[in-house]
Amino acid sequence: MIAILSTGAVNSVQDLGRTGYLDAGVGRSGTMDAPALEIANLLVGNDKGAAGIEVALFPFRLRFEADAVFALAGADCPATLGDREVSGWWAMNAKAGDTLTLGLPRSGARALLAFQGGLEVPLVLGSRSTDLKSAFGGLEGRGLNRGDILSLVDGPRKPLKMDGGYGADPSSLRGRPTGKDDVIVLRVLPSAEYAAFPAAAIARFHDTDWLITNDANRMGYRLSGPELSLTRKLELFSHGIMPGTVQVPPNGQPIIQLAEANTCGGYPKIANVIEADLWKLAQAPAGARLRFVMTDRDAAVTALRQERAFMAELAASVSLMRGWM
Amino acid sequence: MTEVVSPRLSMEGAGAILLDAAGAVFSDDVQARIWAVAAQMLGVPGIAETVPGMNNLMIVFDPLTIAPDRVERLLCDAWQTVVPDAVAGSAVDIPVVYGGTTGEDLVSLADHAGLSVDEVVRRHSEAVYSVAAVGAMPGFVYLSGLDPQLAMPRRAVPRMKVEIGSVIIGGAQAGIMPCTAPSGWHIIGRTEVPLFDPLRDPPAACRPGDRIRFRVVEVKR
Repeated sequence: MIAILSTGAVNSVQDLGRTGYLDAGVGRSGTMDAPALEIANLLVGNDKGAAGIEVALFPFRLRFEADAVFALAGADCPATLGDREVSGWWAMNAKAGDTLTLGLPRSGARALLAFQGGLEVPLVLGSRSTDLKSAFGGLEGRGLNRGDILSLVDGPRKPLKMDGGYGADPSSLRGRPTGKDDVIVLRVLPSAEYAAFPAAAIARFHDTDWLITNDANRMGYRLSGPELSLTRKLELFSHGIMPGTVQVPPNGQPIIQLAEANTCGGYPKIANVIEADLWKLAQAPAGARLRFVMTDRDAAVTALRQERAFMAELAASVSLMRGWM
Repeated sequence: MTEVVSPRLSMEGAGAILLDAAGAVFSDDVQARIWAVAAQMLGVPGIAETVPGMNNLMIVFDPLTIAPDRVERLLCDAWQTVVPDAVAGSAVDIPVVYGGTTGEDLVSLADHAGLSVDEVVRRHSEAVYSVAAVGAMPGFVYLSGLDPQLAMPRRAVPRMKVEIGSVIIGGAQAGIMPCTAPSGWHIIGRTEVPLFDPLRDPPAACRPGDRIRFRVVEVKR
């Protein structure tokens, strides 16, 4: 069991999301940084989709009430287990009574914690992820509060044989952590109304370093920059939208839909951030700047294939390491 | 039989394709084809989800399992060849208390329509609505079939909180709030029928193709 000692209500239990219910109006949810959760899960020997904790508000502290194996991934944040330092992208043993503390990230915005066995919360519509907007899933459909107790799924525990643990190097997948002033580059594909925007608006869309406003959460990010206007107003019927869809509402300031996006929307869509780059948004805090670079569908599929290959290789080397470490 | 128009296809990332067959006004014939194509595509290996919208359809798939251009070809073929059958949707009865504090816009909607309150209630409750799509929020039904004279542009400033069960009109559409949420639609009544329960499967009370009728329980003045 795990006791939450300090947290914010935006920190929540998440897995890789809920699929199969978009046509009932139920969105994906799941962690904003799926590759990070997947890596953390693989490091502790879980299936990739086990439920962990997505931490977006720091400092975050929990106490292990029993021995456990955990991994930290995602944002680069200073972390300690008791008086020992904890590295990111690393799995280690925790003893009953140990306190894990995550401090404000040096880079990135969301840390992911995975625990061997995975968090035990009820499956709701096939997923353990919290849908904060609609208040179901996860722990009672809400974010974490101080004093919450989380259980781990029952099963045989295999503590790491070497107490220092082991880690993964995600740099081939994610590059180097970005600095505070770095512009985050997102690859996009054109979406339905891209061609309806005048050339000047398209140029502004690609040439601007868009500011992520404070109106940024798991549903989506509102951006600020020069106005993107259509030559004539488009009246669209409600249609399906995806995490990564970039909409342009009448005020000309784009919105990027994210993990808890509504399943349908009506605003014109200029582009979609490719699936393989969505994690970059999870790690982009309010105040960061974004740039949209056009790519093509082959490149977007290739990027996903590389991600899949990285995970397969990691899973194989973790099972080797777990044999002797 | 209406002519089958060529739908417009666009990308929503590498793993989703939007088929848009909308004309200037909503078409029930096009929507029947949307449902039939959705059902057919859902049987294709690699297709994860189909999301019917209003005269459009989003297909979600794993692009590492099925190539996106193959999805496009299958989708175009299905659109041309599918036979929309009469959807055997369920009939759903929605009892409504019209007006009063839980239907606070009934009078202003009647004024806007140039009709009496009783006439608005009669027209709203005598129509048979078709569930065109379910989406936006969990369990929200997009209904076609509203009497055009009851149409009213949405409020300029949305209410921050519209209660669950509110029976609403926004533009030319009728709806029901499946949860308490912000909305710019006009509230004409309230129902106690639950439209969404995440602990049920399926979680939404209505599916595309269902037919809804509003039944008058009471008209409050």
